[in-house]
Amino acid sequence: MKTKIRIATTSLAGCFGCHMSLLDLDERLVPLAELIEFDRSPLTDIEHCTNCDIGLIEGGVCNSENVHVLREFRKNCKILVAVGACAITGGLPAMRNFIPLEECLAEAYIHGIGVENAQIPNDPELPLLLDKVRPLHEVVKIDYYLPGCPPSAEVFWTFLNDLIAGREPSLPYECVHYD
Amino acid sequence: MTKTIRIDGNIIPFEEGQTIIEAATSAGIYIPHLCHHPEFTPHGSCKLCTVKVNGRNCSACTFPAMEDQEILNDTQELQADRQKITQMLFVEGNHFCPSCEKTGNCQLQAVAYHLNMLDSHFPHFYAHRELDASHAEVLIDHNRCIFCTLCVRASLEHDGKDVFAVSGRGINKHLIVNTESGLLKDTNLAATDLAAHICPTGAILIKHTSYQVPIGERIYDHQHIDQVSLAAEQSDEN
Repeated sequence: MKTKIRIATTSLAGCFGCHMSLLDLDERLVPLAELIEFDRSPLTDIEHCTNCDIGLIEGGVCNSENVHVLREFRKNCKILVAVGACAITGGLPAMRNFIPLEECLAEAYIHGIGVENAQIPNDPELPLLLDKVRPLHEVVKIDYYLPGCPPSAEVFWTFLNDLIAGREPSLPYECVHYD
Repeated sequence: MTKTIRIDGNIIPFEEGQTIIEAATSAGIYIPHLCHHPEFTPHGSCKLCTVKVNGRNCSACTFPAMEDQEILNDTQELQADRQKITQMLFVEGNHFCPSCEKTGNCQLQAVAYHLNMLDSHFPHFYAHRELDASHAEVLIDHNRCIFCTLCVRASLEHDGKDVFAVSGRGINKHLIVNTESGLLKDTNLAATDLAAHICPTGAILIKHTSYQVPIGERIYDHQHIDQVSLAAEQSDEN
C-alpha cells in the first residue's frame, strides 16, 4: 500500500470555521481519505505532532500556548499552511490590538454586564495572552496561504490535490476571497 | 498620421495630451490602479499603475503618452511589484475584510485578487485609527484609508465643496475634514456628493446601505476588476 500523506491540523486564535469548511468537502472526503491520514488534529485528539507532510493552521497567534503549538507544527511539518483570514492577517481577534490588554480583560471580566465575582482569571494553567494578536508569518516561516473567511471547501480541494499530485499549488481567481 | 505608443508590444494610438493610462484605457488595456480616476486631476500616489517606459519605471496615470514609447505593463516583474505595493497598503492600514461592509465591492480587495495576493507578507502595523460616525448619513473609518485623495479631488473638482484633505506626512499622514471640530457632521458633505461614494476602499461609507446587497452577490464576487474598471472608464470617456 502506498504511504498516505500525513496531515496535522489545529486551530489557534480561530473559531474552527476553517475546519468546518474542510468538512464541507462532504462526499469528496471519502476519496481524500484514501490519500491522506490525520496526525495531531481536533479530528483525531492526538495531542502532539509527529513527522507530517502538511500542517494546516487556522487562526492567529494570541497567547503563549499558540506560539508553542505553532513552533511544534513548524518543527514537524514539511509544509506549513496558513489557513484563513485570521492565520494570514490576525483577523477578527486582532481587532483587540487597538485596545490595551488590561482594558480588554477589565471589560470582559470586571466591568462586563452581568459579571459576578469580578476577577481577571489568573490560574497558572491558563496560557498568558500576548499584547497583540499576530498572523502566523510573523512568528514562523509559512509555505502557503489559503485566504478566505473561511476558505471554501473548493480551496481545500484544489490545494490538497495540487500538493498530493506534486504540482505547485495555485488557486484560480474564483477561489481567492478574503471574506 | 495617428501617433502611437507600444504597450507590451501592441501598437496603441493616442491623442496629444493623453496620459499613458488614458491611452491604454481607450485601447481596452487595463493597468491596475487605485488613486486614478478619469474625471479628476491625476495624483500619482498609489503607484500601482507603475509601468516601464523605455526602461524606466513611471506612473502611467501621470506620465504623458509620447511617440516612440516602448511600454511594459503586464510583466511578471511589474505584477510582482504591484503585489508588494498592495501588501504594503494592507499592512499599513487595518483591512479586516471579513468584518468590512465594503467587502466584495472594494477596489483595494479586487486589485489584490487580480494580483493573486494570498498573504500580507509584511508585518502588520495595527496602527490605532479612529472612526468618525458623527455624520447622520456618512461614516469615515480611518482604518481603511489609503490616502488616494479621490474624496479630496471629488469634493473640490466635482461637488464644488472642500470637505476633505490629507494632512501630515509619512506614517503620520491622515485624512482630515474641513471643520474646526474635525468632525464630519460639521461639514457641508451630503450623502449624495460624489466624494461620499468614490472611496475605493471601505473608508467612506454611506450608512444604512452597506448590507443591501448580500456578501457573495457583490461586484467583485463574480467579476474581475480589469473588466469592471475598463467598462466604467471607457464609458466615462464617451
